[in-house]
Amino acid sequence: MATVQLKQVRKSYDGFEVIKGVDLTIRDQELTVFVGPSGCGKSTLLRLIAGLEEITSGDLLIDHQRANDVAPAKRGLAIVFQSYALYPHMNVADNMSFSLKLAGIPKPERDKKVMEAARILNLETFLDRKPKALSGGQRQRVAIGRAIVRDPKVFLFDEPLSNLDAALRVRMRLELTKLHRQLRATMIYVTHDQVEAMTMADRIVVLQAGIIEQVGSPMDLYRYPRNIFVAGFIGSPKMNFMEASIAQVLQGGSVVVALANGATLSVPAVDGMAGAGDKVTVGIRPEHISLASSDGISAQVQTVEHLGSESYLHLNIASGELLTVRINGETTVVPDQQVQLKMEPRSLHLFNKEGSTMRSLPTSTA
Amino acid sequence: MISSKLRQKWAVTLLAWSVALLLAFPVFWIVLTGFKTETEAISRVPHFFFHPTLENYQAVGERANYFHFAWNSIVVSLGSTFLALLLAIPCSYAMAFFPTKRTKDTLLWMLSTKMMPSVGVLVPIYLIFRDTGLLDTKTGLLAIDAMLNLPIIIWMLYTFFKEVPREVLEAARMDGAGPLRELYDLLLPLSMPGIASTSLLAIILAWNEAFWSLTLTAAKAAPLTAFIASFSSPEGLFYAKLSAASTMAIAPILLLGWASQKQLVRGLTFGAVK
Repeated sequence: MATVQLKQVRKSYDGFEVIKGVDLTIRDQELTVFVGPSGCGKSTLLRLIAGLEEITSGDLLIDHQRANDVAPAKRGLAIVFQSYALYPHMNVADNMSFSLKLAGIPKPERDKKVMEAARILNLETFLDRKPKALSGGQRQRVAIGRAIVRDPKVFLFDEPLSNLDAALRVRMRLELTKLHRQLRATMIYVTHDQVEAMTMADRIVVLQAGIIEQVGSPMDLYRYPRNIFVAGFIGSPKMNFMEASIAQVLQGGSVVVALANGATLSVPAVDGMAGAGDKVTVGIRPEHISLASSDGISAQVQTVEHLGSESYLHLNIASGELLTVRINGETTVVPDQQVQLKMEPRSLHLFNKEGSTMRSLPTSTA
Repeated sequence: MISSKLRQKWAVTLLAWSVALLLAFPVFWIVLTGFKTETEAISRVPHFFFHPTLENYQAVGERANYFHFAWNSIVVSLGSTFLALLLAIPCSYAMAFFPTKRTKDTLLWMLSTKMMPSVGVLVPIYLIFRDTGLLDTKTGLLAIDAMLNLPIIIWMLYTFFKEVPREVLEAARMDGAGPLRELYDLLLPLSMPGIASTSLLAIILAWNEAFWSLTLTAAKAAPLTAFIASFSSPEGLFYAKLSAASTMAIAPILLLGWASQKQLVRGLTFGAVK
């Protein structure tokens, strides 16, 4: 299959820069997910790779060949759009074989490829239907089939599941992951949904305002967010943040921080990054806080959300900050109850004033 | 008690009928007059009941070769529509899918040319036609009708093309379709209803165009508008014959319009309501 490399890629519209110098390598056979809030430039980046938008400056390399000026169809990529973008006046088979027809491939071979794709996607019985006679999920599969028959170097997906209902989305997510394994294809997948990113990706690229915030495997991003943005974006419910200041710098890579409510916590941090008195932000994920019988940080329960298998507690700590805690579904905690919270030092994240992590990161996270 | 809603409905119906009758009455009167004698036609008391006669039609037929004019009208209206579409389709395609900062202004400018009175460019166009030997040719008239209708055709096609999802064309581009394929395999089939109604309107406009056909044609290339005009001659007024000629001239286009009114209405109100 193929690799895709972006070198200092920039894109501006009328002088307004939306992609601000992106360097990225997408490895062969990997499913890479671009994730970020709306307007972060993830779809634009995908369209630049596809050739549907022109790169303002920088280089795009597909299989080590510069592809900036190669026509979209000649790049050997296939894209699946959010709106499916099926050809409404053609039936499913014609939709899928359109590219092959344009490429001048003889009909028997076209039919064979279409049948093969239809088999993979369970579309055999729909081949002579028009798109309007299909359900959303089926249309999405046709759009994927249209990509498959082209046998592309790289599959591009632009928020392909956003138009589906929740249940179907989960199913299609699994199907896409399966398809990725089956085809051993390089895939780039754009989504704003961090759950999709976490569940599907081999590697996640987190984007914000046209720049890459962090690249890494889902678990790397979850464990070692490089900054406060990634920490808050990856994980659901999102990470809790508390304002604090450094009370004491300890030897051996940790500091003692004082929270606004007066409680102190010992947190791992890179030596020399912090000085006593520095303002910092402490982060901890809802699943890393537990209820203690005593000796913890005291908090008052505001609301309890029961999800069955688990419950979310929304708590107020003395500083007025709101924390979310994820605990066992069988909890008997009720609103207004006073509880004690325990936070494991190694689950705590520390961010400096600029929002960068003060913990050491493994080399695998860029 | 009649509810105010019902009253309103009645009022609207009444108004619609009055306007429709007001607009249709002249046409109806022309058709009627065509079957009267000249004396009845100019009588001070309007005759609604009379013995219909075909003598005007006979006279018109003897004086001028209707089919010659009709054929010119057909060639000019179809030809100009075809030519205009040929120019307008790529133009609207470019404006709808590859807009620049100036696309909107260009569209407005094109429409603004329709606001200029035709007579303002009579002399230059007449001289161009004289020098290029286009006077009294179907080609010349066809070309001028095409140019005349081009702005409105581009506007209409632009609106229709805008309705085609951009991503569908992008998908085709990814599939390897060049601009011509995109146009031929996707845009044209997808906007066929729009193109049909635009064509109908263009045919009607060209069919009814009188100013340039009267000025630029004489005998050879004269269409039906010139045919009508030839009956309002200085030899005196022949209302009945003029009416008969008019009826013959407008009948084909009226029938076409009537047969395709659904398409026309869709075309003219397209995009007005989502």
